[in-house]
Amino acid sequence: MRSNLGFFSDEKFRSIFFQTLVVGLFALGLFFVITTTSYNLEKRNIATGWSFLQNPAGFDISFSPFLEFKSTDTHLKVYFVGVLNTLLVSVTGCIAATILGFILGIVRLSSNWLLSRLVYIYVEFSRNVPLLLQIILWYSILIQLPRVKQSLQVLDVFYISNRGLYSPRPIFESGFSYVSIAIVLALISSFLINRWAKKRQDKTGQQFPVFSSSIGLIFIVPLVLFFILGSPLSFEHPELKGFNFKGGLVIRPEFIAMFLALSIYTAAFISEIVRAGIMSVSKGQREASAAIGLKQTWIMRLIIIPQALRVIVPPLTSQYLNLTKNSSLGIAVGYADLVHGFGGISLNQTGQAIECMAIVMATYLSISLTISFFMNIYNRSIQFKEK
Amino acid sequence: MKKLLSIFAVVAFAFSAHAGTLDDVKNRGFLKCGVTTGLAGFAAPDDSGEWAGLDADMCRAVAVAVFGDRSKVEFITTTGKSRFPTLASGEVDMLARNTTWTISRDVNLGFEFVGVNFYDGQGFMVPSALGVSSATELDGATVCIQTGTTTELNLADFFRLNGISYEALPIETNDEGKENLFAGRCDVYTTDASGLSSTRAAASNPDKWVVLPEIISKEPLGPLVRHGDHQWGDVVRWSLNAMIIAEELGITSENVDAQMSSNVPEVLRLLGVEGNYGEMLELSNDWAYQIIKQIGNYSESYEANVGPDTPLEIARGLNALWTQGGILYAPPFR
Repeated sequence: MRSNLGFFSDEKFRSIFFQTLVVGLFALGLFFVITTTSYNLEKRNIATGWSFLQNPAGFDISFSPFLEFKSTDTHLKVYFVGVLNTLLVSVTGCIAATILGFILGIVRLSSNWLLSRLVYIYVEFSRNVPLLLQIILWYSILIQLPRVKQSLQVLDVFYISNRGLYSPRPIFESGFSYVSIAIVLALISSFLINRWAKKRQDKTGQQFPVFSSSIGLIFIVPLVLFFILGSPLSFEHPELKGFNFKGGLVIRPEFIAMFLALSIYTAAFISEIVRAGIMSVSKGQREASAAIGLKQTWIMRLIIIPQALRVIVPPLTSQYLNLTKNSSLGIAVGYADLVHGFGGISLNQTGQAIECMAIVMATYLSISLTISFFMNIYNRSIQFKEK
Repeated sequence: MKKLLSIFAVVAFAFSAHAGTLDDVKNRGFLKCGVTTGLAGFAAPDDSGEWAGLDADMCRAVAVAVFGDRSKVEFITTTGKSRFPTLASGEVDMLARNTTWTISRDVNLGFEFVGVNFYDGQGFMVPSALGVSSATELDGATVCIQTGTTTELNLADFFRLNGISYEALPIETNDEGKENLFAGRCDVYTTDASGLSSTRAAASNPDKWVVLPEIISKEPLGPLVRHGDHQWGDVVRWSLNAMIIAEELGITSENVDAQMSSNVPEVLRLLGVEGNYGEMLELSNDWAYQIIKQIGNYSESYEANVGPDTPLEIARGLNALWTQGGILYAPPFR
């Protein structure tokens, strides 16, 4: 009896046995799903394969700010347009949500009763109303703006209508490249100055006006160069011709609705994360910094925020992931993202549901993993370093 | 490995193999029919909440053929995009969702179109205030277009062919299209001409909208089923044909009882007085009689839902019988 159970009483063996069993069952299940699917696809005469990616799409996508898209382009290009549009709304949304979230999180802790209550109401409202409703709400508001022929004119150059916000498009003439180079050089040198000043302060305690000198480098030097070169920049103004404005830059209401809804919704969560992070720094730290005579803004910037960041960054990462995945709701207002274009229209026109969905899922997975990867690097860099 | 694979194939077969759709429907006790999310005249809930329209009648006709009862239908709404997966997965038994019969849908998607219940074509609708009289004047316009449809592809072709540009505003449902068009987010709405008439009829002031004369495509709309279940396909096909043949023979819901004692052989065959055509379809022998009695012939359904006396005001045109200048034609009932 004992000899039969001998293996099982060994904890190591038991552990390996069950793990192998679970992995084996999972693989078997996966295999079953795949064979069943391919069997049923074949039985229903549904073609499979990836060759459809090279077929012409046959439909048009109007919102494609980075790539020119024509109806003769392939489904593969539909995919790239979708990925770029998803990234556009995700990246701009993450930036706006972070800025708004930090400001709101700090204001929420303010001793001003009214301000703190207002932020409280904002946070509770926007994180407790489903995001989809917020997107539709913003879109409904935006399409109630004046019609294109009665556009509101702002500052003589901007036009606002329910077709979007039209603004002049900058046209860079020859010589402008020098200005761009100057800006890049200024950015690099202010970064170096910052490092040098920090080192010097660590060594000698002397301070250097890093902020004002950087501003001078980044703004004034290129600006002077710009005028010396004879202002090599002009603007193409939007003009109402026929049905629509022609020329200029346009931001579509579909994008604005997505951007507003995503950043306002996520900012509510981020502000709570920031608040939690700041509150996690013990009160003694603030009192001690005040005791050695630091200014209020310095206390926040030098003492509180660096310590709070360690608590803030991990949940912040998951908010970025949420925002990116939530951008797939763009389909509700016709925002031409990955799910709408490739995972929707291409899928429907070709009927290759499994292939399209697999590609879309793999893409979201890669985007999410990339965000996690960089946020993890950042997280390691701000952790408390033991020397 | 090969053996394992074949075992899986057998198991998979056991999971997917089911009795024919007709038996499924009979066992369930009602028909599941996929329709639009609401397109007046084709399938939309009426004032009393009952589904009404040409496509809704198609669903009811099949329910009557199977159960002899027009109420034995569950209407399941589908968007332009969800309709095909809904049918392929077996969530509905058939689609009657103003769907265009094309080769890729018939062959590549694995469906079977059983006939045409409305011959349509794609058109454009604009506000009359724009003063546009032809679709070729639409250069630079913003066009509302339902995604996942043949109209989307026709639109791209039409503008490319005419060398004019447009901006597409993709929408999911007809209601979304209406909302965007009425708000002026788009200048033009394009879909099947019948759909435009339906949308126009639903506007607060229909005179403010004009349907442009161009018809840029053939859109034969018809009911469809999953490919491979021929028995079920036959039931749906002949439910439609029975309505068309009834019109040819002059049988209406009013005079169908009197026609039972007709001396025209085809009338007697259709109504089940002679022959056993119902049995061939595994239906009761009075299935066609019940369709005509409870739903009416094609003409009655047409006039009640989309004809000139309805808000849609669509003349019979192509949809008239082949004997009356149209192309509506059903194979003989014998």
